[in-house]
Amino acid sequence: MDLHEFKAKRLLAGYGIMSPDGRVAVTADEAAGAAKELGGAVYVKAQIHAGDRAMSGGVKKAESPVEARKIAHQLLGSKLVTPQTGPAGHAVKRVLIESAVRAQKEIYLAMMIDALDAAIVVLGGKGGSGIEDRAAGGAKLESLHLGLKGEQKAGDIADFCKRLGVTGAEAEKLTATVNNMHRAFIELDASLIEINPLVFNEKGEPVALDAKIVLDDNALFRHPDLAGLREEDEIDEVELKAQQHQINFMRMDGDIGVVVNGAGLGLATLDMLRAAGGEPANFMDIRTTAKSLDIAQGIGLVLDNPKVKVILVNVYGGGMQPCDTIIEGLGIAFRRKGRVLPLVLRVTGNNEDIARVRIESFGLPKTLSPDMWQAATRAVAIAQGKAR
Amino acid sequence: MTILVDQNTRVLCQGMTGWAGTYHAYRMIQYGTNVVAGVTPGKGGKPHLDVPVFNSVKEAIAETKANASCVFVPPVHAASAMIEAIEAELPLAVVVTERVPVLDMVRVRDALRGSKTRLVGPNSQGVLAPEICQIGVMATDRSKRGGIGVASRSASLTSEIVAQLTGRGLGQSTTVGIGGDAVHGIGFKDCLELFFADPETQGVVLIGEIGGTEEESAAEYLRKSGLKKPVVALVAGKYAPPARRMGHAGTLTMQASGNADAKMAKLKDAGVVIAASAHLVGETMSDLLAKRAA
Repeated sequence: MDLHEFKAKRLLAGYGIMSPDGRVAVTADEAAGAAKELGGAVYVKAQIHAGDRAMSGGVKKAESPVEARKIAHQLLGSKLVTPQTGPAGHAVKRVLIESAVRAQKEIYLAMMIDALDAAIVVLGGKGGSGIEDRAAGGAKLESLHLGLKGEQKAGDIADFCKRLGVTGAEAEKLTATVNNMHRAFIELDASLIEINPLVFNEKGEPVALDAKIVLDDNALFRHPDLAGLREEDEIDEVELKAQQHQINFMRMDGDIGVVVNGAGLGLATLDMLRAAGGEPANFMDIRTTAKSLDIAQGIGLVLDNPKVKVILVNVYGGGMQPCDTIIEGLGIAFRRKGRVLPLVLRVTGNNEDIARVRIESFGLPKTLSPDMWQAATRAVAIAQGKAR
Repeated sequence: MTILVDQNTRVLCQGMTGWAGTYHAYRMIQYGTNVVAGVTPGKGGKPHLDVPVFNSVKEAIAETKANASCVFVPPVHAASAMIEAIEAELPLAVVVTERVPVLDMVRVRDALRGSKTRLVGPNSQGVLAPEICQIGVMATDRSKRGGIGVASRSASLTSEIVAQLTGRGLGQSTTVGIGGDAVHGIGFKDCLELFFADPETQGVVLIGEIGGTEEESAAEYLRKSGLKKPVVALVAGKYAPPARRMGHAGTLTMQASGNADAKMAKLKDAGVVIAASAHLVGETMSDLLAKRAA
């Protein structure tokens, strides 16, 4: 679960990590009011779940409340497109108004899990903003491995600070910041905490100018308070609905609707469709815990997509989820939506015989194929109008 | 022969009395697996599926000489269950549970260091030595005893590829689901070592996918120690939709080893034959073995 900048900063404040004074505004008037309250120059920052905002006009400096109002007016309700949002952009519903800080020095600081070593890794880089481009260009990040109790497993914090060009009293404060971040990481069950940039102000105090926290969805059962921080309105509603029905779903741009159980088989199905020259309309992974009514909801989402010309069903029935459960869901979805689309099915494994009998009752144009490559090429041919 | 399990494997099921535990323990018993005990704290003393149930792993081992565990315990208590198995020095723990918090797995990996336990999973379909021992939830109908070792990150693709192998007359020595989670127990490299050391295994299939570093680690191991047997690999996800980006440089460093093409190139460099598509894995292995025999 991704948290907005302002929520991340509030959480970090609870762990002694300072941010500039700020207020959230949902209207231009509120933005002007916040700027007046804060006094002096402020930054107006669009709150969206994507980075690279500054270079895309999502973060602007305002010298006065009037200017803050003007910028907020432009941003609020607009769709902000950054290199990380995709071409459709993200709607800006809130802006954060923050006092401008005079930065003496800035660094990149992040904490995440190193899966291979099963440790917590701290990454640091000189200079914060633009770190993506420099890292892509081969710029080296400094790293430090910590255990669950904060013990150093690889690397040394003093050396880490030095390599980031932070020394003396500032190094002590950076060490404290890293320790505080670690405590937040553990207590919040985070999978990423990123402060970019962390700056040292005129007093030599570290200040988080931007912050991002990603929480581990699998650990939210321990944090009912944090689960409430999710902004349901900002998650793709189709994908959210699928999630609620035990289905991993991602929208894509093509015209072949895809129904698959299992993430690996789902990925492989997309690969085969593309290799055969087709364009999938979605990724789907029906989890083994989904029942036929859940599956009907998930397939309904595919049928709601007007671009879809054909449905490819690629199912391997296992011990937990037999073929007929999925075919039952398919039948319910078609009956509910009343749409007639050609079906290409490759259904094998547990209870495939029952599933076949059921498919016959749908009255839909269909091709049954024993082989998933044949099924994929057939679906592509139908989508391209070369077969029916 | 098999790896990880054999005819002397005596399985205890942690979380056997729950819904999933009951269903899958029943399937395992039907398959012929020697399920000797169930463990559910507080439910000890009452048999379940005609199998004695104990309050702790230690007690179950003392009474039944169990030497492997299958963990069905829900995410909330899964890490504690794994650590209990590790502390009881069980040689093998296979974890089926999905959605275990990642920091819990860091804790489990701390407990694993220097222990006597091999952990498989979590989020694994399990370990299957066809016709000998099933620990887990995988489909078993198309699997057959034979000489191909399979190690996989995906349950659904394993079923598919096992069916392809069997269809070409290639049975399996053992299939291992290393699980789909970022932080997990044994990996491809460990499976390769075990399969190379097993006289019955003639070839190994690796079923990989985008993300993580399993494929890279396997490639590095094979480059250093050499291919002792033919290895075929599939890496799924070449055309996956771009995942929502997590963060900035952190994601970059993680992504540096992650895309399908890079993984395939590294494996190929190490001498692995890459299956061009998921439907061609059985054929690729069969051709490779035929070529070597000729």
